[in-house]
Amino acid sequence: MLDCPNQKAFVSPMSVFMLRSVVLFPLLCLALLYAPFSARAAMEIQVIGGAASKISVAMVPFQAAPGQPSPALTQIAGDDLNRSGQFRLVDVEGAQPPVTPAQVDYGVWRGKGADAVVIGQVAAQPGGRFEVRFYLLDVLKQTQLAGYSYSITASQWRATAHQIADLIYAKLTGIPGAFSSRIAYVQKQGRRYELRVADADGQNPRTVMRSNESVISPRFSPDGSRLVYVSFEDRKPVVYMQSLQDGHRRKIAAFKGSNSAPAWAPDGKRLAVVLTRDGASQIYMINADGSGPTRLTRGGNIDTEPVFTPDGQTLYFTSDRGGSPQIYRMAASGGEPKRVTFNGSYNVSPAISPDGRYLAYISREGGRFSVSLQELASGQTRVLTDTAQDESPSFAPNGQAVLYATVRGEQGILGTVSLDGKTRARLSESGVDAREPVWGP
Amino acid sequence: MNKIVWPVLVALTLSACGTTGGTQATVEDRAGSGTAGTAQGTETTGVGSSSVAGSATGDQYSGDPRKDPASLLSKRSVYFDFDSFVVKNEYRPMIEAHAGYLKSKRDAHVILQGNTDERGSREYNLALGQKRAEAVRKALAVLGVSDAQMEAVSFGEEKPRDTAHTEAAYAENRRTDVVYSDEK
Repeated sequence: MLDCPNQKAFVSPMSVFMLRSVVLFPLLCLALLYAPFSARAAMEIQVIGGAASKISVAMVPFQAAPGQPSPALTQIAGDDLNRSGQFRLVDVEGAQPPVTPAQVDYGVWRGKGADAVVIGQVAAQPGGRFEVRFYLLDVLKQTQLAGYSYSITASQWRATAHQIADLIYAKLTGIPGAFSSRIAYVQKQGRRYELRVADADGQNPRTVMRSNESVISPRFSPDGSRLVYVSFEDRKPVVYMQSLQDGHRRKIAAFKGSNSAPAWAPDGKRLAVVLTRDGASQIYMINADGSGPTRLTRGGNIDTEPVFTPDGQTLYFTSDRGGSPQIYRMAASGGEPKRVTFNGSYNVSPAISPDGRYLAYISREGGRFSVSLQELASGQTRVLTDTAQDESPSFAPNGQAVLYATVRGEQGILGTVSLDGKTRARLSESGVDAREPVWGP
Repeated sequence: MNKIVWPVLVALTLSACGTTGGTQATVEDRAGSGTAGTAQGTETTGVGSSSVAGSATGDQYSGDPRKDPASLLSKRSVYFDFDSFVVKNEYRPMIEAHAGYLKSKRDAHVILQGNTDERGSREYNLALGQKRAEAVRKALAVLGVSDAQMEAVSFGEEKPRDTAHTEAAYAENRRTDVVYSDEK
């Protein structure tokens, strides 16, 4: 299932490129620039326009142990920080790499413009294990902000790098990192569909389900232990729930007609789903075991794509009750829906940020489908992307980025965009068609 | 991608359906429904003739009447205009033929499979396809077909008969197919 050697092969060259130069250019140039890298590129990062103030971090390559996995921990963690758009990675070339805090010459790093410096070492341990020790140091105050050590196996290498990135991110921004979280998406190759779970950087993908028919709308349970999704393997859409621990799965909504658009309630005990058993596509609540369907919306129109607010009190959903598809909200217990989107004639696929402040959705303007963001309190909206076939937005667990699907050429790809729209990163590799992403815990 | 899959369904309705894919089959499929419906963009003169309409029940044939190319029962696709869920008048004779068959065979069961073009949200398209399937289900219900004999489902944009990204392909995919359960 995992072809790690391959992944390493295509990660390394791109990562080196990325660490050395954060790419600054208008989007129009991208097509040209992608060409040389596309065959092997695992990740590409675009920074659009003048970014706001960034934190400068020097990621000093850790002292290596013989036989340690690659790419280096500092590369993986540096990629993570870079993708967030909140950091500038300082060039560490030429400096004598310090290993312990006592060896750090703060003047050198201040001269390089670094706000913080990360140092560390990897040491081989008996039984194929590695000890990883790292320090995060404040260059101006000349103090240690964090220091950790881990004893890990080679298989925990990437996870450790993401944890290091999370710690650096949290210490320097005050916001929890989301680099150790996972994403799910559907990969299509020929006529084969694979439901995959990967690290938040798109690496380390594991196939959890294969089918000859389409799979859409995967959603992680709040605790991350299960996935629900819509499969067409039964010659109609049916909602399945699958354990990510043992792979066991069962149908939780297979009523007469179509069953789709599952959304977990924050308590993980119930889901909203869309059923057509009474005619039109309407939103129902069901228990996590599939029992007790209760109808929430009523009308002859389309009500679909439900999503809960983090407090579980409110549902946002897409409805054509006003004549065009728009996003509405209503109490999760039912009641009168209120319209939320007003610009344009096509606003769909709502996602709510973990703090409940923002609505991300897909808006159509001039035939282009783009990721948009609305600040719910003010109603202010902005378009985050300039691609034309965007779908399936979902927020990072820390609310700092939106994962979405788009199309380049004939190929579906996955990307993340920061909430200011200024930093976009491509996650999926070339040569595979990826779609229906969702960001999980 | 799905061109291999779709002829399996289409072939049920067409003796002449080869491996060239759904689009070509559909041209023949639709011929019997007359020359109206110019919105689809895959029009040809077809192989049908006006006399087909006179043999709607097809009961003078010895084989399965649903597979008789001369019978309206072999016509299985209802096409919709962009952003529309209205069953056009040109499909009335075909729907009447299926209603007649279903009422005469109470153990027959039909699945109405709604489809959409690829533009926009997959889940929203699933609901749009359902609306198209539901429109045909209601038309059959009005003609007296029992609810127990019908199921309206949607494939949304997941099973395009034509995978091109053209207006003609989009028109081909805005469609409800009538599929009998025993023909699966």
